[in-house]
Amino acid sequence: MQLAPPAIATPSWLTLPVMVGGFVVAFWVVVALSVELWSPHPPLEMVARRLQPPSADHLLGTDALGRDVLSRTLHGARHSIPIAVIVVIAAVALGALLGAGAGFFGGLVDGAIMRLVDVTLAFPPVLLAMAVAASLGPGLENAAIAMIIVWWPVYARLMRAQVLEVKEREHVEAAIAGGAGRIRLLGVHILPLCWTPVLINATMDFGQVVLLAASLSFIGLGALPPTPEWGSMISDGAVHFYQWWIAFGPGLAILTVVLGFNFLGDGLRDYLDPRSA
Amino acid sequence: MATEPLLAIRDLRVSFATRSGLVEAVAGIDVDVEEGRVLGVVGESGSGKSVSMMGVLGLLPRSAVVTGSARLRGQELLGIAPRALQAIRGARIGMIFQDPLTALNPVLRVGQQIVEAVRIHDRSISRKAALARAIDLLDLVSIPQPRERVQQYPHEFSGGMRQRAMIAMAVANEPELLIADEPTTALDVTVQAQILEVLEELRTRLGIGLILITHDLGVVAGTADTVAVMYAGRIVERGEVDAIFDHPHHPYTRGLLAALPKLDADDAPLVGIEGRPPSLREPPSGCAFHPRCGLAEARCRVERPALRHVGSTSCACHLAEAADRRRDVPAGHAMDAGK
Repeated sequence: MQLAPPAIATPSWLTLPVMVGGFVVAFWVVVALSVELWSPHPPLEMVARRLQPPSADHLLGTDALGRDVLSRTLHGARHSIPIAVIVVIAAVALGALLGAGAGFFGGLVDGAIMRLVDVTLAFPPVLLAMAVAASLGPGLENAAIAMIIVWWPVYARLMRAQVLEVKEREHVEAAIAGGAGRIRLLGVHILPLCWTPVLINATMDFGQVVLLAASLSFIGLGALPPTPEWGSMISDGAVHFYQWWIAFGPGLAILTVVLGFNFLGDGLRDYLDPRSA
Repeated sequence: MATEPLLAIRDLRVSFATRSGLVEAVAGIDVDVEEGRVLGVVGESGSGKSVSMMGVLGLLPRSAVVTGSARLRGQELLGIAPRALQAIRGARIGMIFQDPLTALNPVLRVGQQIVEAVRIHDRSISRKAALARAIDLLDLVSIPQPRERVQQYPHEFSGGMRQRAMIAMAVANEPELLIADEPTTALDVTVQAQILEVLEELRTRLGIGLILITHDLGVVAGTADTVAVMYAGRIVERGEVDAIFDHPHHPYTRGLLAALPKLDADDAPLVGIEGRPPSLREPPSGCAFHPRCGLAEARCRVERPALRHVGSTSCACHLAEAADRRRDVPAGHAMDAGK
């Protein structure tokens, strides 16, 4: 008798949402990287009559200036995705650095950094981002700076809590007994054990940053026209109540990106931290 | 002793600043460790045995005040710059902790951790050379297939193997002194014996002096050369291991020995020392052991006995000689078996 071939085991973390999320995120990343090469129409030029409903040539219709909404939506990824990456990486770097310093050194350093965190977190994040972006002036770069300022305290808190917990573990004490200095303790024996929650949070936050960037652009504090940014495109479409397709393209884009990153973040949490599943 | 001991501790005191005032966890101990010899430090939890050694190495939190003197081959360790002490930790004095399950860095390969331990103290050794050294060290502590094992993570090691890996790390820089804080407490008995064997071998092969902190008299009896019995932050009896086990003078030591289960008499009741260790916040007057001592008399409540030579050991008890005459009366009281 022949034994049945072993079934190909699917890893438990590779669930449907993770696959969908991964696919969607990968799709938008590929679009962001390559849309220049195959865009159906140039995003900034008038290519047809204005306010045309979806048709075979313009799958998502045209906007008030006769630009192709689909092309503009696809080009929007070239702004939203890099902004999300830059903001999250900068916020994680800044937050992790300050949070780890606060947790490790304690005392006055801790007090100073954490009060700054408290003050920043005392404002509603959207409001603070708006205030900072407004004071810096419109533009995607300024919006990015505003979002970094809003976001780093979250990571500082997370990192501080992790460092406080890990630094009391016995292997750290053992390392001290072995003659390890402060920098080595932090770099070799503490930080490598602190990244899990930060990583999970960061994945979830990609979507949130895309959303906030769009929000800032929507109210005119982010991308400047004619940049095909999703938020400002929705803002353009909002005045054309009967031409629903103008806002539909960027709206769908934001929805899928945010959902994709959230699915991915959930899956990552299940994989890295089975306790909270 | 003509030559200087490897480690000479004199009048070591450790206090902690707490909300209810200064608590003295170690109240002045004197003890020597000779080269290539094993000092067993015995006592109950809270008797100050671990705290005193951690105080010497500067491993206590900042709220601890450590005074007195601890000389490593004549070099004072207390009160020197933290950096100088850091250079001694791991290089000249190695330390092994109680729980091998948590004392290794879970995200570093075992070999990498030993490489780290080596290179902390000598940057001139290449990673490659250090890894070769790690393999030799794992071999030295009897870990089979060290070549494969260095590439593994701690979770792939059993408890006993992790403790061996800890020992390998602790001796990676060929320290002169090894402090083992309850090295076998978290392990089961057969593994205990193997770990003690490894320690014994290191001592004979590398000539390392060893301080063995434990509450297990059986471990001390089989391993130590000299013994210091601690109670409430003080050494109450000190001497060669045979003298302590054959002719204990202090009622506390006697109680401890009487409390050892006897294998040859299976229906003998288990014996304990009545009462509980004193609070360090409000230490008893006079001899700290008097509330639990079966022989205590008026003098014990007032006057603290000093450590003095009694027979073949040093003992801190007013009644050591009187107790000797009443050898039939141990300090311990019979308790119900199985309790």
